[in-house]
Amino acid sequence: MMKYVMTVLITAAFLFAAVSGRMDTLSSAFLEECGSAVQLAITLTGVIALWSGLMRVAQSSGLTKKLAALASPVLSKLFRGLRRSGKAMQYITLNITANILGLGNASTPFGLEAMREIEKEELSPDPQTASDNMITLTVMNTASLQLIPTTAAALRLKYGSAAPMEILPCVWISSVCTLTAALICCGICRHAGRRRRL
Amino acid sequence: MLRNLPSCGKKAASVSFSGFIIPAIFAAVLIYGLFRGTDVFSEFTAGVKEGLHTVYEVFPSLFCLVVTVAAFRASGGAELLTGLLSPVLDAVGFPPECGELMLMRPFSGSGATAIYEQILKNNGPDSYAGRVSSVILGSSETTFYTLSVYFAAVKARKTRYALAAALLGDIVCAVTSTIAVRFLL
Repeated sequence: MMKYVMTVLITAAFLFAAVSGRMDTLSSAFLEECGSAVQLAITLTGVIALWSGLMRVAQSSGLTKKLAALASPVLSKLFRGLRRSGKAMQYITLNITANILGLGNASTPFGLEAMREIEKEELSPDPQTASDNMITLTVMNTASLQLIPTTAAALRLKYGSAAPMEILPCVWISSVCTLTAALICCGICRHAGRRRRL
Repeated sequence: MLRNLPSCGKKAASVSFSGFIIPAIFAAVLIYGLFRGTDVFSEFTAGVKEGLHTVYEVFPSLFCLVVTVAAFRASGGAELLTGLLSPVLDAVGFPPECGELMLMRPFSGSGATAIYEQILKNNGPDSYAGRVSSVILGSSETTFYTLSVYFAAVKARKTRYALAAALLGDIVCAVTSTIAVRFLL
């Protein structure tokens, strides 16, 4: 997948820059942005180290297991075939909780660990192909589960909105629709894939 | 998650809630761990080590995506496409100003935030375009970033229907954001 994304975007960038005469800007963007990619990774390293540390404490003390048991009636419907309070389910629960609470940066370390645990638990014969549960988790994370859109609200306030939080009901409706559509699409594809294999 | 990096200018409004909850979670988890007889310090450091490994695994994908998206932004492609599409967007009641935001949102959190700020500055946060863009930003995520990093963590190359489902979500997001703002605000 990423091979197409990368090739299409870079080719498009080249063509657009040629049309709009911004080739120099594009050329310097390459050199400047590879530095900012490293900076981003450094920031990310700090955040991931922090949350991975705490996550490990919560895990070995049995806290995450309890949390997963609470969430499993709902989550076991979305993620089929995973042990109800196994490690994968624990990390999935943490990932979704962090998303809902808007602990933005925390959700990524949890999500990545969840992906690895799903891989370990499912032991797919074809490790290069993403499993249904991996796709469901990733697609959920491409939709927004956050209850309070903090970035948008803060910027609305900054630019003098009379009611920065008035967007809340709209954000909730839109988030729920987005997530539902994405999950239904996953469900249909999952079902179609299973049929083909039979 | 890119949205929470320092450059995004996220301040004031979020402090009250997140400001309280993160320290509370840290204290609670550590106290619970100690209470249950866990060696919280060595577990924490072991977790940090695992975290470093995670970064090591996802860095190559992250790097490529950041550079690719930056190149696309610098080329002015998003503006050009939005310009071409704006008559169509206008006809269906989608504010043309938000077209560029919708194009950028799946690729870059900081890029989308910059475009969003521009809309707020030019149109005002309580204008139609200001509201629709607020709802879009609040109800979407950095799709490609998430896809590339998550699948990099398990080294999955064939991602089957993931991209289709995620992009369908982004389209639904733009449509429902517009409809919700029209009928509710």
